[in-house]
Amino acid sequence: MKKIIADREIDVNEEGYLVDFNQWDKEVCAYLAEEQGISMTEKHWEVVEYLQDKFQKEEPLSIRGIKKSGVINIKEFYELFPGGPLKKSTLIAGIPKPKSCI
Amino acid sequence: MKNLVILGAGTSGTMMANHLVSSLPKKEWKISIVDQYKTHYYQPGFLFLPFDIYTTKQVKKKGSKFLPKDVNYIQEKIDLIVPEDNKIRLANGKELSYDVLIVATGTKTVPEEIEGMKGPKWYKNIFDFYTYEGAKALRDKLRTWEGGKLVVHITEMPIKCPVAPLEFAFLADSYFKNKGMRDKVDITFVTPLDGAFTKPRATEALHYLLEEKNIKEVTSFNIERVDYENNKIIDYGDTEVEYDLLVTVPTNMGDPLLERSGLGDDLNYIPTNKATLQSIDHENIFAIGDATNIPASKAGSVAHFEAEILTENILRYINNEELKEDFDGHANCFIETGGGKALLIDFNYTTEPVEGTFPFPGVGPLRLLKESRMNHMGKLAFRWIYWNMLLKGVPIPFVDAKMSEKGKQLEKTQ
Repeated sequence: MKKIIADREIDVNEEGYLVDFNQWDKEVCAYLAEEQGISMTEKHWEVVEYLQDKFQKEEPLSIRGIKKSGVINIKEFYELFPGGPLKKSTLIAGIPKPKSCI
Repeated sequence: MKNLVILGAGTSGTMMANHLVSSLPKKEWKISIVDQYKTHYYQPGFLFLPFDIYTTKQVKKKGSKFLPKDVNYIQEKIDLIVPEDNKIRLANGKELSYDVLIVATGTKTVPEEIEGMKGPKWYKNIFDFYTYEGAKALRDKLRTWEGGKLVVHITEMPIKCPVAPLEFAFLADSYFKNKGMRDKVDITFVTPLDGAFTKPRATEALHYLLEEKNIKEVTSFNIERVDYENNKIIDYGDTEVEYDLLVTVPTNMGDPLLERSGLGDDLNYIPTNKATLQSIDHENIFAIGDATNIPASKAGSVAHFEAEILTENILRYINNEELKEDFDGHANCFIETGGGKALLIDFNYTTEPVEGTFPFPGVGPLRLLKESRMNHMGKLAFRWIYWNMLLKGVPIPFVDAKMSEKGKQLEKTQ
């Protein structure tokens, strides 16, 4: 389905996650963040870049990965993306959320 | 004479030994398989053991029974893989040289990763069911448990058989109903993911199961520690869940051998090409099953499909031919939903579990993503198939390594 994000038509799934990572840019990111009640800071951008790097290498995202990322510790991660940090940060980063097989 | 060495005689290793013994030229190749344990467990049976549906005898057999006679079976602990020298060092000091190595060392539960999990309450009111010991201890506990808060919990992903915890919750609902004590048991499913079901199609088709069985969900719960004194699990966001009986799936990690040998990633899984099953760092090392880091489910059915493709790629490698990029992440799993019913799912790297029929398009007899008794019979029959066909590398009729798109309502994942 389509959604207007930052004055553009972007393809998203039922849960609002981007379907095509190529449609992601910083404006889209800031818009999605705002929808989640988050205003992007330097630290947020660092986390987003880290997640996108992992996604492109097809490495699974996990709290353990965050712990070892060297970018941020887990308490900070929760502070930056309150609620479900992995769920929210992946949405903002334009990549799929961590999933199980069903 | 050249040497092909398989590390691990579990589901994957045993299947590879059986496939290769009939496809490698006997005069040129010697096949060895190393495993420290005598017993081969039917791991899907660990789900049924706690509920007295299977007996201990039904889930374990002597492993060497399933290995071909022409394979050199070494029962010994593996100390180190030395890829620079193409050698394996065994714990007894002996060395094995290899021309081709297959790593099939699987995955293990590591409850020590979470503070307080494997403490004084381990196997008192905190259990796993991913090990034979855990499933058996939990069975004994459930036989006399008088009820209270049952928490079924996943520590972190990835785990072997990602749906087993959900199946456990469903079977627990049935078990307590049958005992006439369901009203005394409160079941909560706790997951680090954002739902018990994480894919939109499956959520839509299956979420009713949780509601129907009155199973509560706590989602996005990333456990920090177990407070075993106060019977609580606590996550990094300071959310707490109280339990009387905690059934957890601890962190899953690859064998410490891979860490010792410098071949593993953060979770001791070996970086592997997801289409060819060749290891990323060494061209004569291949990996299969739970030991790899590929983004497929860790499950016997995946290993079964991988084994066919890996056999072909090993033959190609030996003949200096280009490897086939053929593995599509195909998985095919029965999911117990309790009350004598089960679901069947079929999916791969790019296609979500879908509705339809299996294995025959339009006919079935099994139905995908729908509860039925036939699917449950299929799951129970699978134990026989496992011991008598799957391990021995006998092809299972009508089920191909690559996912068939016929008779299914397909939906590609992003």
